[in-house]
Amino acid sequence: MNVILLALLTMGGIGLAFAVVLLLAYKKLAVEEDPRIKRIEEVLPGANCGACGYPGCAAYAEAIVNENAPIDKCGPGGAEVARRIAEILGIEGVEVGVRKVAHVMCQGTNEAALNRSIYYGISTCRAAHFTVGGDKECYWGCLGLGDCVRACPFDAIHMTDKGIPIVDRQKCTGCGLCVEACPRNIIELVPITQKVFVLCKNEDKGANARKYCDYACIGCRICVRKAPEGSMEIRNNLAVILDHKPVDENAQAVTEKCPTKSIVQLVDDEGNYHLPPALEGAEIVPIKS
Amino acid sequence: MSNLFLILIATILVNNFVFSYFLGICPFLGVSNKASSAIGMGFAATFVMTMTAFVTWLINHYILIPYNLKFLETVSFILVIASLVQFVEMFLKKMVPALYKALGIFLPLITTNCIVLGLALLGSMRNYNLLENVIFGFGAGMGFTLALVIMAGIREELEYADVPEPLKGGGITLIIAGLLALAFMGFSGIISGG
Repeated sequence: MNVILLALLTMGGIGLAFAVVLLLAYKKLAVEEDPRIKRIEEVLPGANCGACGYPGCAAYAEAIVNENAPIDKCGPGGAEVARRIAEILGIEGVEVGVRKVAHVMCQGTNEAALNRSIYYGISTCRAAHFTVGGDKECYWGCLGLGDCVRACPFDAIHMTDKGIPIVDRQKCTGCGLCVEACPRNIIELVPITQKVFVLCKNEDKGANARKYCDYACIGCRICVRKAPEGSMEIRNNLAVILDHKPVDENAQAVTEKCPTKSIVQLVDDEGNYHLPPALEGAEIVPIKS
Repeated sequence: MSNLFLILIATILVNNFVFSYFLGICPFLGVSNKASSAIGMGFAATFVMTMTAFVTWLINHYILIPYNLKFLETVSFILVIASLVQFVEMFLKKMVPALYKALGIFLPLITTNCIVLGLALLGSMRNYNLLENVIFGFGAGMGFTLALVIMAGIREELEYADVPEPLKGGGITLIIAGLLALAFMGFSGIISGG
């Protein structure tokens, strides 16, 4: 009996002593954090995706408060999150950009683009591009070996059976990793509201381009003439949209006369996205490894 | 004096806690990716172990032995370790936030690490006096740091090595740990006793 009591008292005493020490330490060593950091962290989606360029949501919240990081970097959260962060920080009238997503600017599917050879090399776009230039006649077109698919941490870009990848606009956070991965710079980040797309990168003369791809831009200038003055031009035999706003406003007029369907309206007036004409009915397939 | 020095050398090299007692393997494999965090972890553990050696000796000799409560040894030592780790955590968060972040989850994990409890129990078995016990704890911590830093150095170089596919990651790390333990057995002759 005595031993039990003694043991209880001893352990209780030791425990109490340490509790007091820890309590004092807690009071003395308390770290004061800006309460705004915690509140911003709660507003952020908490996916820790890294699209903002910081290691995670907590790090981004800290950077916003301590290093004046821009508040509209959160891709998944979009404008709504940026607005709420602005509220917490007490900033008003901040221009918040619309959400951006990746888009593949090529329609050179297996059927549409002419092949000049069969590529047997290392199965990455980068290797194909830097060695023999892949199997397509078109030097600017998509190689279809899926470097962008491998680069995507969000499972938001998939290869199709037609040989051109498509972006899942719901899942895409606009992090830009696929843009960097593509050796031919075919993928671009576009505002999710953008309606008109030039889906070609070919800079060859129209007569040549037309020979090796059904959907090549041939530089015929029809779209430039239909678009409001100064909003489009032809550079290196390729249509370029200089100012998206007037072009989107006249989307139908600009796109309907294109002889090769290389400039197309993909987002309709209700904001719904449609696949490019060359990819209609495309099925998602795993990439070759 | 030479006695203290012997204890220090013995615990760092000859009876290195990691390589000859195989204690503290979890952080040894977990935090040895980068030399900088390995050093941080090593010193945090060394601090905890030195303090543990000090406090557990006092508890052992002034409370447990006089009142014949030897059976409370493990429980009370764990209490001491847990409190000390908590204290170190608060201290680091305030004073060295960068290190606190680098250590991450491994700092609270020192609490449940066998190397600290192993030290406390081994120390109480060996009938050291207070100073000897503290040196024993410090030496054990330094030995742990040494093991971590050697491992981190090797693993940093390993990034550039052509490791066979099935051995990448955990496999090659365990092989290296085994080779290091073998190498440390070479010290076993230099001190008798220890």
